[in-house]
Amino acid sequence: MIQTHRPKLELLSNELIQKILEEAYIILENQGVYIENEEALNLFRESGMKVDKASQRVQITAQLVEDSLSSTPPSIKMHDRTGEIEYFLGGDDVHFDPGSSTVTIMDSETQQERKAVTNDLIRFTHLTDCLEFLHFQSTGIISTDVTESVSDSYRLYIGLLYSKKPIVTGTFRIEGFEPMHRMLVAVRGSEQKLAEKPLAIFDACPSPPLKWSNLTAQSLIDSARAGIPSELISMGMTGATSPITIAGTLVQHVVENLSGLVICQLAQRGSPVIFGGCPLSFDMRRGTTPIGAIETMMIDSAYVQIGKHLGLPTHSYMGMSDAKINDAQGGFETGIGVVLAALSGVNVISGAGILDFIRCQSLEKLVIDNEICGMAYRLIKGIDQRDDPIALGLFKHFTTDTQFLSLPHTRKWYREEYTFPRLIDRDPYDIWVSKGRKSITTRAKEEVENLLQKNPPSLPDKETQKSLREIMLSDARKNGMSSLPEIDYL
Amino acid sequence: MSNEEFLNAIKKAIVEGNKEKAVELAQRAIAEKMDLNAVIEKGYIPGIQKVGQLWEEGEYFLPELITSAECMKAAMEIMQPELEKSQIQMRSAGTVVIGTVEGDIHDIGKNLVSSILSANGFDVVDLGADVKLETFIEKAEEVNADLICLSALLTTTMTGQKRLIELLKEKGLYGRYKVMVGGAPVNQKWADDIGADGYSENALTAVGAAKKLTAT
Repeated sequence: MIQTHRPKLELLSNELIQKILEEAYIILENQGVYIENEEALNLFRESGMKVDKASQRVQITAQLVEDSLSSTPPSIKMHDRTGEIEYFLGGDDVHFDPGSSTVTIMDSETQQERKAVTNDLIRFTHLTDCLEFLHFQSTGIISTDVTESVSDSYRLYIGLLYSKKPIVTGTFRIEGFEPMHRMLVAVRGSEQKLAEKPLAIFDACPSPPLKWSNLTAQSLIDSARAGIPSELISMGMTGATSPITIAGTLVQHVVENLSGLVICQLAQRGSPVIFGGCPLSFDMRRGTTPIGAIETMMIDSAYVQIGKHLGLPTHSYMGMSDAKINDAQGGFETGIGVVLAALSGVNVISGAGILDFIRCQSLEKLVIDNEICGMAYRLIKGIDQRDDPIALGLFKHFTTDTQFLSLPHTRKWYREEYTFPRLIDRDPYDIWVSKGRKSITTRAKEEVENLLQKNPPSLPDKETQKSLREIMLSDARKNGMSSLPEIDYL
Repeated sequence: MSNEEFLNAIKKAIVEGNKEKAVELAQRAIAEKMDLNAVIEKGYIPGIQKVGQLWEEGEYFLPELITSAECMKAAMEIMQPELEKSQIQMRSAGTVVIGTVEGDIHDIGKNLVSSILSANGFDVVDLGADVKLETFIEKAEEVNADLICLSALLTTTMTGQKRLIELLKEKGLYGRYKVMVGGAPVNQKWADDIGADGYSENALTAVGAAKKLTAT
């Protein structure tokens, strides 16, 4: 049987990749990067790098970068909450997760944006758990019914309670790491078990251009030492906080990510790192940052290609829309992004459910995007030979009466070859009318309720629930809250 | 070159974002002892106004806006000391203290407003980003500002704008300085709710709004 070809998109020639890397190395060594974190600066100093204490600027040699790359694992095995389901993060394996961190939710009734509260966070998490093509969940929404200072730990708390899926998250404050880490350890049973079977990915964003803040550098260090994969999210805005040319932005992206990778390896050699990002093409007319722009997607695909060239697991924010409602723009920007991401072989693709420049999560869109992800999975599975010979046997005795519907061969293969989307409309016109002339958004709204009701949430065992609650309550109390919001969900 | 040709050359330099030319012509105006106020009002200002018009028409976008504003600034910086030397006060539209509120590091919009206000005759003191609220007030007192402009890009930091106004009230300074707010999550309703004197949606409307506030 001929081996199935995995369809792949590659925007950069090897020559251009080399040139981008060359320049990135020169910048790292000559100009360096700013690192606003004492501990990180010490790590660099101890490894013999030139550190300017006053300006907090570090020059990183090619040798150190190469050494750090050599100790970074080329793949990561993520595990779900039970520890039994494994997800391979490497090669061209693709895993989708909802985009984060949004500040609003699209109200299902009014289809307008509003602030989110605990109940929304639970519904979002529970729904993600039900959607088969989203392998990971994320702490996608900020809940406004808790003190701002515990927004990071609280969304992880809800995430660990209401979904089994591995979780993409991150800290908003340095103090956030401790309670969040403890929650993860509570689920796994010990720090070692957590390091052996990672359950969470912590995102950290450098500040463009070329700076790691105190908070984000600390996140890299703390995560590395805990065995938690750090997802580096370089996020230049072209022509504003990064060079206007795509190639120029790619150079900056590589510098920022490599400097972060080095910090991780210096903190803990061998720690897992994901070469990721959320670069944005800056709209020169509106002063906004369109994530649905084709140029944004091109930058994403290109830096991922470079990450793969460096032998690293990759991530990107793709498959999202800047539309403010679930309209055609919401559909096509997302669709194009998901397909490009899947073809690019991005290992972690963050974006499902997103509207309005990553400000808003829509549960209806989450369900629709799940269908798009399903299409993408079918696409990258490629075209299989299936039979040997492929079709000779089928035509050997053909006549004018030949049809394929009743063949055992058809029955044998049809479910393998074709997908059966739930939400996409394929009814004949009259039936669509008789069903109420519904748009996909309307059907999605119904599907949200349908899924949530048909699939009871899977909470961890009572003991784990208790531990998580204690950790969360303790963090809340330290931050001025006397109790947690009442949860009335089922 | 006739006077008219000279003024047209200035206007062209600003519209094209040609900094070297804008500065060269300013230096020539000084060397040839021209009436600098007239040169500014009939050459440079029409130039930046044309830029504003092209933006309104959807022909010019942010890069043109900011590079032309930078040209304007550079030329003004050349001519300012000369005006002071000959004791001709450049008719300043007002003194502005501007910055992005504490906790917020976004500054591109604010930089644009800063440049454009400067280009339109305001004396601008730009405090940068992540500015402590007390610093806005201290600086405003120090330079005897007419207007404090506050930028915030996040829903979580725009509350700083509200707190600044409360701080002004506490210090008995409310009304001494006009306060204008802006930034992506900000709108007129928010400005009204918090007691700001003005709101501006973008850098160009900021000029008009600032002029209205400093005229009173």
